Amino acid sequence: MTSKHDGDILGRGKSQGADLIRDWFGQLSAVAQNGGDSAYVFVMGSLVELLGAFDLPVVFPEINSLQTAVRHVAHEYLEEAEDYGYSPDICGYVKADVAVQLRGGDHPAGSIPRPALAVLTNACNTYIKWAEIWERMYDTRMFTLDVPGTRSATAPESDQQYRADLAYVDGQIRELIAVCEAMTGQRLDLKRLGDRLRNANTMNTCWKRILELNRRRPGVFNALTDGTIYLGVSNALRGTAEGAQYFVDLVEELEYKADHGIGTVDDETYRLAFVGVPCYPSFRRFNEMFTEWGGEFVTSTYLWFASGGSNLGFQYDPGHPIESLAEGTLLSVRDAMDSMFHQDRVLQGMIDDFELDGVVFHPIKSCRTVSTGLADGRRALMETRDIPTLFIESDMMDRRVVSEAQLKNRIDAFFEGLASRRQREMVEA
Amino acid sequence: MAYAAGVDVGSTQTKAVVVDEEAALVGRALIDTGANVISAAENAFAQALADADVPEEEVEYVIGTGYGRYKVTFGNEQVTEISCHGRGAAHMFPKTRTVLDMGGQDTKAIRISEDGEILDFCMNDKCAAGTGRFLGAASSALEIPLPELGPIALRSNRPVRISTTCTVFAESEVLAWLGRGSKVEDILLGVHESIATRSIALLRRVGIESEITFTGGVAKNTGMVETLQRKLELPLNVSPESHFMGALGAALFALDHIQAHRRPANAGKEMAS
Repeated sequence: MTSKHDGDILGRGKSQGADLIRDWFGQLSAVAQNGGDSAYVFVMGSLVELLGAFDLPVVFPEINSLQTAVRHVAHEYLEEAEDYGYSPDICGYVKADVAVQLRGGDHPAGSIPRPALAVLTNACNTYIKWAEIWERMYDTRMFTLDVPGTRSATAPESDQQYRADLAYVDGQIRELIAVCEAMTGQRLDLKRLGDRLRNANTMNTCWKRILELNRRRPGVFNALTDGTIYLGVSNALRGTAEGAQYFVDLVEELEYKADHGIGTVDDETYRLAFVGVPCYPSFRRFNEMFTEWGGEFVTSTYLWFASGGSNLGFQYDPGHPIESLAEGTLLSVRDAMDSMFHQDRVLQGMIDDFELDGVVFHPIKSCRTVSTGLADGRRALMETRDIPTLFIESDMMDRRVVSEAQLKNRIDAFFEGLASRRQREMVEA
Repeated sequence: MAYAAGVDVGSTQTKAVVVDEEAALVGRALIDTGANVISAAENAFAQALADADVPEEEVEYVIGTGYGRYKVTFGNEQVTEISCHGRGAAHMFPKTRTVLDMGGQDTKAIRISEDGEILDFCMNDKCAAGTGRFLGAASSALEIPLPELGPIALRSNRPVRISTTCTVFAESEVLAWLGRGSKVEDILLGVHESIATRSIALLRRVGIESEITFTGGVAKNTGMVETLQRKLELPLNVSPESHFMGALGAALFALDHIQAHRRPANAGKEMAS
């Protein structure tokens, strides 16, 4: 069912999201052209709420790198970094960024300013080695936030341990504040930080709501394609008024779709979860190989861990901004790590919540951090739940290791199995 | 009498099969795929029809399978060789629960249910090590025809160690062992063991459950059958039609289609029409 309002609201999230990301790159280009500095951050624990309170422009090198792949030029950057001496076997995001730096910040979306500060967490072990590259290149100030992870797969953490973890993160954030104050010559304005946290609260609430909305049939957004656009805004504009408004509007659009039964595909035959990082060099085609069979990605672990844990919908207390920022960072980064490393638990819930027909595991060659445990995670899931799964490998950046024929063969066989299973279930019913 | 056909366009060879209404295999053909995939499919189909002595107009439904399945331009439908090998194996050996298909550049491990439904599958990734191409490299390096490799390998009880990482490197490894004075049969058994090791790793990923049916062109190699059985400590089902199992599975799916559309209600096992 459609209505006269469809034209005003449908597709707004995608077009506005693309505009916001374009504007964001435009602002970074202006900083670069004026010789200004920036802070480089990562999606899992970016702390952009705090950095924004100091007016530090933030650069997400992971987003820069994936943008080269989506724009089909990643191979040029990868080969340049490999010519410089980086191994074909290491992270494609790192190599594309190295090439951006070697090109003086030249990127297909604009110019990227140099890093004066790099803020990173231990959520990804490559973050640390990556930041050391900038440290050697530019004498960038590195700040590593050590976030205590989940200690046990089964036992809950004690209150005492939790308070200790919280104090540990709180202390580090106060150190970062001192670093930012020294760099910018500004004292932290707690009111500004509070405003940023309020905007982040709105975004967190909306992000959680958006993920939940895809439990409806049909799904109102594609978790692989549309979701990645939303994710870009979620990271890049976190804590800003523009970002908050975008997500309020997006919730309105998706609720409208849900209320009117408007899905993203004409025939949502199979509801799927995606586990891993997208195949950016073949972003659209990869998804088409699923939608051609009526397969729709309604959820993805990527939208959890690459949102830095925003899926929790954590609400900061702007009245106690530093303490609250510490708690939000601890919980969200820990959740990001858990949804990256303990997918079996995450997926158990997803299968029921989203009424999934299948789960697609997508390890990627150049990121062993997110890929190593996927085979075991898949096996663990299959031992506990009777759900079809597909295990296909490609890459997030490097088209040289992406074979469409190999992928399609496996994807087709997966859907043939789903069709056969559904037919049997219908006969049995 | 109505007939159904399956055409399996593989990387090295194209196979075609014709079955009658009772699912009996009445005609078959095997040719090299070559560069013109469309012609290979057409020629194999024509030869299978001739072998069956069945006119083309009596074939009601044709399914293409294999990497070149979309090049079976006269086909009515395409089904992957993963589903087709599972179907063919379950037809030939109804107690099959695990299928190992070893072709020219692919090795597949497939786990199937009692109903022949595909429960899980796993294939070699990116590299042809552990496939028929690996044997082709050894055949080329040793200048021994492919059909003779297995019997020669079975003469050995002291296999050399061949790495499982790369088909291209395998050829140079074979030459290196020759240079060290190793016997040809020891080198060949080493090659077979290398392929078997890699294939068993694939089988373990889907879970090994008896009975196991070995399909694909390499199943004709007695040395490979024996090596796999010894390492698995389990017997393998091997059909004289193993080479045609994918095409047979495709033909059976085609027969399902014919029968489903004759009945008033679609209660059959049709795959995806």
